[in-house]
Amino acid sequence: MSLGNFALMRHELLLTVAALLVLIVEIFASSKSRKSISLFSIVLFAVITIAGFLPSPTGTLFGGMYEVNNTRLIMKNILNIGALLVLIQSVTWLNKEENHDKVSEYFFLLISTLVGMNFMISAGHFLMFYLGLELATIPIAALAAYDRYNNKSAEAGIKLILISALSSGVLLYGLAMIYGTTGTLYFHEVAQLFENKNLQVLGFIFFFSGMAFKISIVPFHLWTADVYEGAPVNITSYLSVISKGAAVFILIIMLFIVFPVIITIWQKIIYVSAVLTMTIGNLFAIRQQNLKRFLAFSSISQAGYILLGLIGGNQLGMASVIYYILVYIFSNLAVFGVVAAISNSKGKENIDEYNGLYQTNPGLSLVMLLGLFSLAGIPPFAGFFGKFFLFAAAAQKGYYLLVTIAVLNTIISLYYYLLVVKAMFINKSDNPIEKFRSDFPTRLALGICIAGIVITGFASIIFEVIKNMSFGI
Amino acid sequence: MTGIVLIKDMRQVKIVASIGMGIQLLLSALLIFLYISARHAGNTAEMLFIKDVVWFESLNIHYAVGADGISVAMIGLTSIVVFAGIFASWEMEFLTKEFFVSLILLATGVFGFFISIDLFTMFLFYELAVIPMYLLIGIWGSGPKEYSAMKLTLMLMGASALLLVGILGIHFNSAPDGGQTSFNILEISKIKIPIKAQYIFFPLTFVGFGVLGALFPFHTWSPDGHSSAPTAVSMLHAGVLMKLGGYGCFRVAIFLMPEAAHELSWIFIILTTISVVYGAFSAIVQKDLKYINAYSSVSHCGLVLFAILMMNRTAMNGAIIQMISHGLMTALFFALIGMIYGRTHTRLINEMGGLMKVIPFLSVCYVIAGLASLGLPGFSGFVAEMTIFVGAFQHPELFYRIVTIISITSIVITAVYILRVIAILLLGPVTNDHYEHLTDAKWYEKVSTVTLISFIVFIGMAPFLLSSMIGVSLQPIISKILALNPF
Repeated sequence: MSLGNFALMRHELLLTVAALLVLIVEIFASSKSRKSISLFSIVLFAVITIAGFLPSPTGTLFGGMYEVNNTRLIMKNILNIGALLVLIQSVTWLNKEENHDKVSEYFFLLISTLVGMNFMISAGHFLMFYLGLELATIPIAALAAYDRYNNKSAEAGIKLILISALSSGVLLYGLAMIYGTTGTLYFHEVAQLFENKNLQVLGFIFFFSGMAFKISIVPFHLWTADVYEGAPVNITSYLSVISKGAAVFILIIMLFIVFPVIITIWQKIIYVSAVLTMTIGNLFAIRQQNLKRFLAFSSISQAGYILLGLIGGNQLGMASVIYYILVYIFSNLAVFGVVAAISNSKGKENIDEYNGLYQTNPGLSLVMLLGLFSLAGIPPFAGFFGKFFLFAAAAQKGYYLLVTIAVLNTIISLYYYLLVVKAMFINKSDNPIEKFRSDFPTRLALGICIAGIVITGFASIIFEVIKNMSFGI
Repeated sequence: MTGIVLIKDMRQVKIVASIGMGIQLLLSALLIFLYISARHAGNTAEMLFIKDVVWFESLNIHYAVGADGISVAMIGLTSIVVFAGIFASWEMEFLTKEFFVSLILLATGVFGFFISIDLFTMFLFYELAVIPMYLLIGIWGSGPKEYSAMKLTLMLMGASALLLVGILGIHFNSAPDGGQTSFNILEISKIKIPIKAQYIFFPLTFVGFGVLGALFPFHTWSPDGHSSAPTAVSMLHAGVLMKLGGYGCFRVAIFLMPEAAHELSWIFIILTTISVVYGAFSAIVQKDLKYINAYSSVSHCGLVLFAILMMNRTAMNGAIIQMISHGLMTALFFALIGMIYGRTHTRLINEMGGLMKVIPFLSVCYVIAGLASLGLPGFSGFVAEMTIFVGAFQHPELFYRIVTIISITSIVITAVYILRVIAILLLGPVTNDHYEHLTDAKWYEKVSTVTLISFIVFIGMAPFLLSSMIGVSLQPIISKILALNPF
C-alpha cells in the first residue's frame, strides 16, 4: 500500500484515528479535565470535516473492493457535516452529571458508526458493503441504550439490535442468492451478469427489504417510533438523519450501479413503497403527542419523498436525492436541536407542553418554525427546493400520478407541522416553558442549521455541484 | 423592478411600515408612468423591464421578472391596498412588529407573483404569499380563528400542490421537438404544448389557481378565512390575494394552453357561473357583515374567471378591470367593517342600526362601497361588469350566451343584499343607546378609506386609461386565441 492509497482512504483513516485518539485522551484525562474531552473531540472532528473537502484523488483499492469517486466523496462529506452538527448539539447533554464518566464512549461509538458508513458508501464489493453496514449499525444500538438506567432507552437499544440483526439476515440471504446466481460479489461484475432471472429478482427483493429496514420504509418501519422515542434525543437525531442518509446513499448507488438491468422491476417496487411510506408516515404522524414519535413518523414520510427521486433512475433524480439529504440534515437537525435543548433543560417533550413557547422563548420558536417549514417544503427555505427537485425528477420520467400523490401528502404533512406551529405561536398556556438561555454549543449548532436552511436553497451552486457529480443509469 | 421586492424587508414599526408602503405606492405610480411612457416611445416588446438571472442552470430555472400592462396594473392595485391596509390596522396592539413583518412578507409574495415570468419563481412567490396567512389569521384573527386559518392554509396549499404538478407538466412538455425544456412563460407561449398533455395539465393549473380565485366548489376557505382574519389581512386577502388566482389562470393556464382551454372551457364556465350566482345568493342570507362581503367576493371573483374563460378581447379586458375594481372595493368594504366592528364590537347586522346618525363619515363610505359593488355608473364596478357582459355576450355559441344571461342576474341579487345591509345597518333609528357615543373616523382611518374611494371613482370616471394599458398587453394572448378559433 503506497502513500497515495492512504490519501484515497482519507475519510475512513482520519475518522478511525480520531476515534482512537478520543479513547487515548480519556485514559490520561483527570476527572477535572474530563469536560474538555468533548471540546477536543469536536474540534478534531471539525478539522476532519474540513479536510474532507480538500481535493482528493479517485480510484479503487484492494482489487476493486474499495472505490472512491466524486459522487461518493460528496456523500461522505455531507454525512460528516451532519455528524458534526449532531456532536455539537450533544455537548449540553453530555455535560450533565450522569453522563460524566462515559463521554468518550459516546464519541468513540458515534465516530465508529461513521467509519462504517463511509466504508459502506465506498464499497465496490458486497462483502465490504456488509462489513461497513454492520459497523454502522451495532454501535448505534449501544448508543440508543446510552441512558442505561432508563427502561425506555434500554428497550430502544434492544429493539434496535434485534431489528438490525433481522434486517442484516434478510439482506445477507438476498446477497447469497445473488452470489449463487452470478458467482461473484463485485458490483460491476454482478451488474454485468445480472439477467433478470427469477432467483436473482428474489435476491434483489430480499436485499431491498434489508435496506428498507434501515431507511424505515413501510412496511418495515415499525421499529422506528419506539426506538426514536426511547433513545436519547441526540441519538434519535443521529438515527433519523445520518443513519438514514447513509442508507439512502448506499441504496441509490446499488440501484444505479448494480441493478440497472432490472430497473422496470425496482421501479414498481419503489412506486408502491413510496406511496405507502409517504401516506402511512403522514397519517400516523397526525396523532402523535410526543415530539420524538412525531418526528419519527415525519421522518418516515420524508423517506417516502426521497424514494421519488430514486424512481426515475435519472441523473436529476440522483442529484435531487443527495441534495435533499443535505437539506434534510439541516432542517431536521434544526428541529431536533430545539427539541433537544428543551428536553435537556426542562425535560418536556410533548407538543401541548410547547404551548405559548413564542412568548417565553421567541428565538427557539423561530428556529423550530424555520425547521418545520423547511421540512414541509415551504419557500423560501431549502426544503422547498429539495422537494421541488425530487418531484421534478419523478415528473421528468412521466410519473405524474405519483407526484400528485406526493404533493397531496405534503399537504397532510403541512397540517401536522402547523399543529406544532400553532402550539408555539397561537395557543395560550398557563404554564409555559420558562424562559431559558441555551448554551453556546446549542446556539452554534442551531445557527449553522439555520444558515444551511437558508443558503442551501438560494445558492444554486450547491445543487449544480451535486448535479455535476451525479449520474443516471 | 426587483428593487421593489427587495426594499420591503424589516419594516418593524407601523411608522416605518406606512412610510415604506408610501414609498412603495409612489414607486408603483412611477412604474406605471414609466411603463406608459415606454409604450408611447414605441416599445412594443411583450414585457418591459425584464430582468433575468439564471438560477438553477441544470433545470433551466431562472429568476425572471418583467411587467406588462396587466401586471403593472396589478402592482398598482396591490400597493394601494397594502397602503390602505396599514392605516386600517393602525390600532394593532398585540405583537405589532411581528404583525407588520408578516403582512409585508405577504405583500412581497404578491408583488413577486405579479412580476414573475418564470413559472418556478411564480410558484415560489405564490407559496410565499400563502404561508404568512396562517400566522396572520391564527394569531391576530377573531372567532374560530384556528379552524379558519388551518382550513384556508390547507386548501390553498392543496391548490398549490395541484399547481406544482401542472407546472412540472408544462415544463417537461415545453420542448415537444426535443431541445431544452423551459420554465419561462414567454418562451413556452411561443410553442405548442402537445394537446394530450394540455388536457391533463390545463385542468390542474386552472383549478390550482382557481381555488385562490374562489372557484366553486373550492371557495369554502374564503368566507371562513375572511371573517376570521384581522382587518388588514381581510383587505389584502380579498383585495389582492384572490386576484392571484385570476391572474394566474389568465397568465399560465389560458396563455400557455389555449387549445385545451378552448375545449374544456365549458366545464369551468359552468362552475364559475355557479360561483357567481351561488355566491350572490349566499350573501343575501348572511347575518355577519364579513360573511356577506366574503360571499360577495366569491361572486365577483367568479365573474373574473368567467370572463377570462370567454376568451375574447372585451371580456378579458373586463376581467382585468374587474379584478382591480373588486380589489379596491372589497378592500374598502373590509376596512369599513373593521372600523365599524372596532366601535360597535359586533358584526351582526341585526344588532346594529341607524349608524348613519352617529358615524356619518364611515356610513357614507360604506354606501359608496356598496354602490360601487352593485355596479352603479360612475364607479369602477360598472365599467368592469359592463365590459365583461358585453364581451361574454359576443360569444357566438348559444351555451355561452345562456350562461351569460344567468350570470347577469347576479347584478340584481347583488343589489338586493347591498341595499338590505345599508337599510338595516345604516338607516332607521339607533337601536342601541350605547351607540350614541360612538366617535367618527380618525385621521388614519380617513387616509385609508379616502385613498381607496378616490381610486374607485378614478377608474369609474376614466376607464379608458386603464383599458388602453391593458389592451396592448392582451394582444399576445388574443392573437393566440384567434389563430386557434377565428370567429
